[in-house]
Amino acid sequence: MKKEQLLDLYYQMVLIRRVEERGAELYQAGKIGGFMHLYIGQEAVSTGLIAAREPRDRVITAYRDHGVALNCGISANEVMAELLGKATGMSKGKGGSMHMASVEKNMWGGHAIVGGHIPIAAGLALGDQYAKNDNITICMFGDGATNIGYFHEGLNLSKVWGLRVLWVCENNQYGMGTAVERASAVDEIRQKAEGYGMKNAAVNGMDVMAVYEAAKEAIDYVRKESQPYFLEVNTYRFRGHSMGDPERYRKAEEVKQWQENDPIGIFNKYLLDKKIATRKALDEIEARVEEEVAKAVEFAETSPEPALEELFTDVYAE
Amino acid sequence: MAKITMREAISQALMEEMDRDPAVFILGEEVGVWGGTYAVTKGFYDKYGPERVKDTPIAENAILGAAIGAAMVGQRPIAELMTINFAFSAMDYIVNQAAKLRYMFGGQFTLPLVIRAVGGGGRQLGATHSQTPDAIFAHFPGLKVVSPGTPADAKGLLKSAIRSNDPILFIEHATMYQVRGEVPEGEYLIPIGKSKVQREGSDLTIVTYCKGLELSMKAADELAKEGIQAEIVDLRTLRPLDMEPVIESFKKTNRAIVVEEGWKSYGVGAEVVSRIYEEAFDYVDAPILRVAQKEVPLPYNRTLEQAALPQVPDIIAAAKEVLK
Ligand SMILES: Cc1ncc(C[n+]2csc(CCOP(=O)(O)OP(=O)(O)O)c2C)c(N)n1
Ligand SMILES: [Mg+2]
Repeated sequence: MKKEQLLDLYYQMVLIRRVEERGAELYQAGKIGGFMHLYIGQEAVSTGLIAAREPRDRVITAYRDHGVALNCGISANEVMAELLGKATGMSKGKGGSMHMASVEKNMWGGHAIVGGHIPIAAGLALGDQYAKNDNITICMFGDGATNIGYFHEGLNLSKVWGLRVLWVCENNQYGMGTAVERASAVDEIRQKAEGYGMKNAAVNGMDVMAVYEAAKEAIDYVRKESQPYFLEVNTYRFRGHSMGDPERYRKAEEVKQWQENDPIGIFNKYLLDKKIATRKALDEIEARVEEEVAKAVEFAETSPEPALEELFTDVYAE
Repeated sequence: MAKITMREAISQALMEEMDRDPAVFILGEEVGVWGGTYAVTKGFYDKYGPERVKDTPIAENAILGAAIGAAMVGQRPIAELMTINFAFSAMDYIVNQAAKLRYMFGGQFTLPLVIRAVGGGGRQLGATHSQTPDAIFAHFPGLKVVSPGTPADAKGLLKSAIRSNDPILFIEHATMYQVRGEVPEGEYLIPIGKSKVQREGSDLTIVTYCKGLELSMKAADELAKEGIQAEIVDLRTLRPLDMEPVIESFKKTNRAIVVEEGWKSYGVGAEVVSRIYEEAFDYVDAPILRVAQKEVPLPYNRTLEQAALPQVPDIIAAAKEVLK
């Protein structure tokens, strides 16, 4: 990867982190409502993954979607505005934190029903197969989502029909308060893909370069072979499941240990050690992000609420 | 009598029944270590252990299928759906299995099963997480549907539901866990399938349940200030539907509105209104009106969401309309 691209990955990861931190503050201040699931700790996953796609490749994910939206090129302004439920959000303030999408950016949504989007991802790929193009669909979901029927139906179908889907399990060790080994028959999630005869791999999700390399390889395979592929990405969420999680299910010690593996810290060190960037250059990126996020918050706060008539639009296309 | 919250009342009912009958156990997502997403089963895991308070994988079909199976062989499971919206993921188990297994096998199977589910809008959770689809479930013979509006009713009805030998869907409201009310301690049972007059009045009848009761009570207070006395009949159970107190009230007032949180089309109000026309047509002095949710999926934005949900002023306006 070229130096500019590497620095751009760093920028994206820092951007996600800051958007999430500011989002948490705004939530606490009562400006954001509903459920909000932060991506802090998992930034390297979607950053590495989405860097490996062609713009024509589709992305679909679950409700932990702010980072994915940013990586897909949706602006911090729009993300913030949607969080605040403003008319200028990409879902016009009707979707909120869990429902970010942009057809233009090939981002097909955050989806709030656990596993519900998995067969839909197969459907996106089916649409492309039917159209005889070689676009692929990248479908992200949590470890907990691999225990619901949707997951198994979607994976099976993708293999039987040779659909171009890259299945990506973000194994952050917990589904809400339930540790993987308490809910899943196998704690190495990728073993589930074996049952469907699907090529698979696991990768360290705290290392953005490793995720990128693994995703590149997987995407090449899916495109060339016209077969699905399963990638397990091991990661950790540093914050609670959503805002207001009492976190009775894990020890502070465990969180601290993972935090020492901060994906941004790791990448920062990588860039310095390899002399790809100077400390000054990285500081400048951080300052640029700070400004961009401050502007996004201002944009969101000064944006108008959706008009009352919006309540009745978008119910049907006709 | 102690004044406790809806949350405490439900929690009490669960605990008392678990203490009384070892066949009663709980299964669902985050019911154990977490203590329940809405903290209803807080402390249960430590008290009863993982065998009786079972954290499940995120697998609604497996939760309900397993609960049905265990009930068929004599246990008394309480399956918790984190929210009623996830009932759609397991619809088959509710309406095709639980509701039909007994009948289809000539009464051989008995399903002493309670499905607890949280419903309702108003928390900015977006379209898939904010629904009040109670009426859909009440459509199916073979299933009983209960949805209390006060802490006392919640306790008494839940205890009866747990002791019942039929599958019962018990619907709670996400914004009502902090509602306080007087609740009798210990043994307190309310029969399933009995409506109740929650407030007496002579000018019009408001038929409602669950969240609608909270709103209707407030509306009735406002109406009383203007000299209008509303009688409020709380359905409490949607199936089997007890129309007797409704008809009795209507014969007295001759005017009625129905208040529900779900959508108006094909809703609880539609059922109640037709039943009034069928059973008390001669007493009708004015068209019966329905107050319900606007016909849109619920949006995230708070102002829009509140505009879509039925509110106290909507009830007051409808009441005045039928009194014209
Ligand atoms: C069908 C369904 N059941 C339950 C839920 C409630 N719920 C939301 S997120 C979640 C945990 C999901 O865990 P995982 O898939 O590991 O994703 P993570 O939150 O860790 O990113 C649960 C149980 C839901 N949204 N949909
Ligand atoms: Mg997880």
